[in-house]
Amino acid sequence: MDSRRLPRTAVDPKVRRVGFFTSGEPLPARSQSFPAETGGSTTADGGMMSSTTTPDLSVGVISFSPVMIPPPRYASADGLPALGRAAATVTTVSAYSPLSPLRRDAIQLPVGSFNPSEYMQGTSAMLSPSSSRFDDLDFSEEVACYGKKWPGKEVASFPGSSDEMMMAVRGGGNALSMSALTTASVVKTLPGVTAKDGGTFIESQNERVGPARSQKQKTTKAERRALQEAQRAAKSAAKAAGEGGKHSAASSSGAPTNAKLDKGARPHSQNKDGPEDTATASEKRADRNLDKDRKKDFPHPSLQFDDKNRVEKAKRRAVVYQFEARNRVELFRHLPQYEYGSQLPYLESKFFHLDHIHPSVYQVGMQYISGSTSGGNARCKEMLLAFRMAIMDYSISPEKSVVRDLISKINSYVSFLIECRPLSVNMGNAIRFLKNRILKLHHNLSESEAKYILISDIDRFINEKIIVADKVIISHAVAKIRDGDVLLVYGHSTVVEMIIVHALELGKQFRIVIVDSRPKFEGRRLLRKLVMKGISCTYTHINAISYIMHDVTRVFLGASSVLSNGTVYARVGTACVAMVAHAFQVPVLICCEAYKFHERFLLDSICSNELGDPDVIINVHGGKDLNPLAKWADNENLQLLNLVYDATPSDYVSMIVTEHGMIPPTSVPVIIREYERDQLVF
Amino acid sequence: MDFQVVVMAGGYSKNLVPLVSQEMPKPLLPVANRPVLSYVLELLEASNLKDLIVVVEGEDVALRVGGWISGAYVDRLHVEVAAVPEEVGTAGALRAVAHHLTAKDILVVSGDLVSDVPPGAVAATHRRLDAAVTALLCITPVSGPSESVSSVGKDKGRKLPRANIVGLDHTRQYLLHVAAGAEVGKDIKIQKSILRANDQMEIRADLMDAHMYAFQRTILQEVLDQKEMFHSIKHDVFPYLVRTQLRSEISDKGAPKNGLNGVDYTLNGSEPASEILTNRTHKCCAYIANKSKYCSRLNSVQAFCDINRDVVGEAGHLSGYSFSAQNNIVHPSAELGSKTTVGPQCMLDEGSKLGDKCSVKRSVIGRHCRIGSNVKIFNSVVMNHVTIEDGCFIQGSVICNNAQLQERVVLKDCQVGAGYVLTVGSEYKSEPLSKK
Repeated sequence: MDSRRLPRTAVDPKVRRVGFFTSGEPLPARSQSFPAETGGSTTADGGMMSSTTTPDLSVGVISFSPVMIPPPRYASADGLPALGRAAATVTTVSAYSPLSPLRRDAIQLPVGSFNPSEYMQGTSAMLSPSSSRFDDLDFSEEVACYGKKWPGKEVASFPGSSDEMMMAVRGGGNALSMSALTTASVVKTLPGVTAKDGGTFIESQNERVGPARSQKQKTTKAERRALQEAQRAAKSAAKAAGEGGKHSAASSSGAPTNAKLDKGARPHSQNKDGPEDTATASEKRADRNLDKDRKKDFPHPSLQFDDKNRVEKAKRRAVVYQFEARNRVELFRHLPQYEYGSQLPYLESKFFHLDHIHPSVYQVGMQYISGSTSGGNARCKEMLLAFRMAIMDYSISPEKSVVRDLISKINSYVSFLIECRPLSVNMGNAIRFLKNRILKLHHNLSESEAKYILISDIDRFINEKIIVADKVIISHAVAKIRDGDVLLVYGHSTVVEMIIVHALELGKQFRIVIVDSRPKFEGRRLLRKLVMKGISCTYTHINAISYIMHDVTRVFLGASSVLSNGTVYARVGTACVAMVAHAFQVPVLICCEAYKFHERFLLDSICSNELGDPDVIINVHGGKDLNPLAKWADNENLQLLNLVYDATPSDYVSMIVTEHGMIPPTSVPVIIREYERDQLVF
Repeated sequence: MDFQVVVMAGGYSKNLVPLVSQEMPKPLLPVANRPVLSYVLELLEASNLKDLIVVVEGEDVALRVGGWISGAYVDRLHVEVAAVPEEVGTAGALRAVAHHLTAKDILVVSGDLVSDVPPGAVAATHRRLDAAVTALLCITPVSGPSESVSSVGKDKGRKLPRANIVGLDHTRQYLLHVAAGAEVGKDIKIQKSILRANDQMEIRADLMDAHMYAFQRTILQEVLDQKEMFHSIKHDVFPYLVRTQLRSEISDKGAPKNGLNGVDYTLNGSEPASEILTNRTHKCCAYIANKSKYCSRLNSVQAFCDINRDVVGEAGHLSGYSFSAQNNIVHPSAELGSKTTVGPQCMLDEGSKLGDKCSVKRSVIGRHCRIGSNVKIFNSVVMNHVTIEDGCFIQGSVICNNAQLQERVVLKDCQVGAGYVLTVGSEYKSEPLSKK
């Protein structure tokens, strides 16, 4: 990230413009002198340039140097309107005085008073329309002096100009500039209007409004009570008993997770939280600890998509509009199922509306939807790198707390990513790690220190949990490959691929059987890579598994996650391969990094799974004419099911290879217990 | 989203003589009685892009355009107008505003685009594929009057513009080759290295470059700085980027894939494009607009007529007006004489008066026109303050502001410049008419 981008992200230009026209704020002492002193001079323009350059342009009454004026881009929000108002006031009385000598002075000034990479460059001055001709001459003269290629001059004498819409004349101020811009129209919006529909902005407003609101509510206690009762009744119907706790967690303002988002999207729900905002700090801390324990259930009892109430609510705050598929399989109605083709175009057309999502997060989200980033490790790594970028670009006004604001930001990013594609367990673990790190930040830390800590944490996580872990797994697993082995692999697991390549480098003699399945045919990519490396391979589809298993001496499989009862949650078809291997008494080795472990139990692949695009399973290779099911969605009697994952019971798994060593599936809880705590504390 | 938008509004376009004049530069040419530039600005506004830089050729044009924008878009858009000298070309214009560009990516839009393709889609594709440049391609619109009005559109022999040649990879996301229509001779030369690196290339001639590009700023500025000779984005910068997309790969690549091997071919089908394309220096991508989207550029007199017809016709949602039950737009203040008919897909703006027994079909008539009796207007565009006297017959023509047609003038496929007077009974066919 180049440093030049920071100013743009620091203060939204629109908000900056807004400041010029709001009135009623007291002027800071410095700028109060403006109207009086510069009343007879020209000065002022539409841009923030005015504040930096007016002192030089005005008739030399003002003594302070431009350096003293904070560069407007970095100025705090409340400083700007005042300055802006000063400028506006001047505009109304603007009379013209011959400028040229002053102007030249201004130009020759070092530009150090403001950032040279600012959006506008050069000097500028506001001219009344009548003066435009004069100024024109003046400018061309200057231009000649500076030997520029194109005279960068612009005259503003637009008929529609009023004092609100300030016409700026910007001359080419320094050698860099070649053409100048004229503000033809400016946006005048109230600060509230610029609020993005994401949680973050509203969130921050709520925070400020919080105490005031709670006081107001005390007056209407009866009403509040009634409302609370009603809401509680509505919710209790929808919520499972375990989730009841989540509600109280949500109302504690200390460590908000997903609940915080709810608040942002539905400000009225904060009514309930009002009184609790006034809770003492110690209570908050206690709450936070409680909350932390609860949060361990990540992914928290996930949204059941057959629960209409909650789905409606989730939809309302969704960023990505999701078109629900029509013919859904009854058994899997609790899982989200969308029409895949419609998501990406929708998201693309809304590109510029999602300002609260950091561009790198947005990019990752689109890669999830389009499928160009898939695989647990790759997705997790991309997500963390996007968060890293977002944290790098992050800046905050001093009155806000870094912890709260950053958490809410990360939450909004995560909910966006979930809408693109459901999170996998390892991503959930990574997010939990990151949030824990944010919560552990010391309150006295400065913004840059906090950012530095978090960025190095993310780097460390990627390095330790993914890259180094893979290396250790490879070194463990390679020990299990002997000369003459026939290894069976299923699909395309990156870590398994690395194991095979490493074994080849060690000079082991072995053969590979690649088992593949529709619809993704991921095995083909693996086959291609291995064949190019000169490994002897056999390629078959999963329906030939019982035949090919005779030859096989080892089965290597990847996993999306391993749960604490030893169940392996992996690409659909893995369970079948493992069971056949078990029946043939071939050892099954699951290669999985420990950060994919989760303390949940999973008994079947129905409760928690992901539904893929149903259309891909009807596609027959060989052209569209061969597709008898092309209009399947119109047939009510047909439902298609494309499961992405399945659960392999631990009975069929001989061994799990992790960076902590090779363990039987029954030892997974030990790893979780011993290292999970370690991960949280770090 | 870290994008900046530059709108290339243009100035006096030579292609559009005699429609353009001092008072009526190209950005302000009316399309359904709204300046053509407003279509781009509103498209951008709808995409929540409110900080725009509008680059205009020529100082006085900039004044006019700036004046209009400040009047029409107060409080809605934040527009900066930059004037560049004429004849610097689009690349030169970009150079001139280059120092104002700070965002990661730049969206360059031509000011004469009339479209409903969301710019966000182009930008999102650009980001998703992490491209150096992404261009919006759309299906070339059918030129000339459409089939349905065969009663009037006799001359089908109108020369079609030369097709643009576009080479795409199999995912139709990456651009491998571009050649503008005029440059294509009898044969196309395609770089072997690009073909080899991609195994297959789809050559299409039905796509039009809509002049909406997303550039990575650093790459764009590098190109603009290094290649001072580059004059236009479409003809120089963009083809250059596409041409050099593999530059480093040619030297580095050890064993080129044997592209036409049958096994390889099928294997590639399921391989994500990113894998094949990892070793290129920069990616050039294309966003191909859906067929249902309207996309057209006002870059010729013919296009001007077509767009005017489409915007009040099939692409009516672009005009922003609501159509009446007769499928036309007649301003309440317009006056119609007895037995005068205004057909569907017509527009009649405020204050215009039509005499008796007139007939208007598929035409746009501007403000405060005075039209006599027994006048037939088909497939034409009549701008503001035009006087048409009795018994005129106008077909397929454009009549600019303040022109005067005296009695019984017959015009077929003509363009009448601003303020031009046609004398009684004159007949013209396929001629541009304007004051010298």
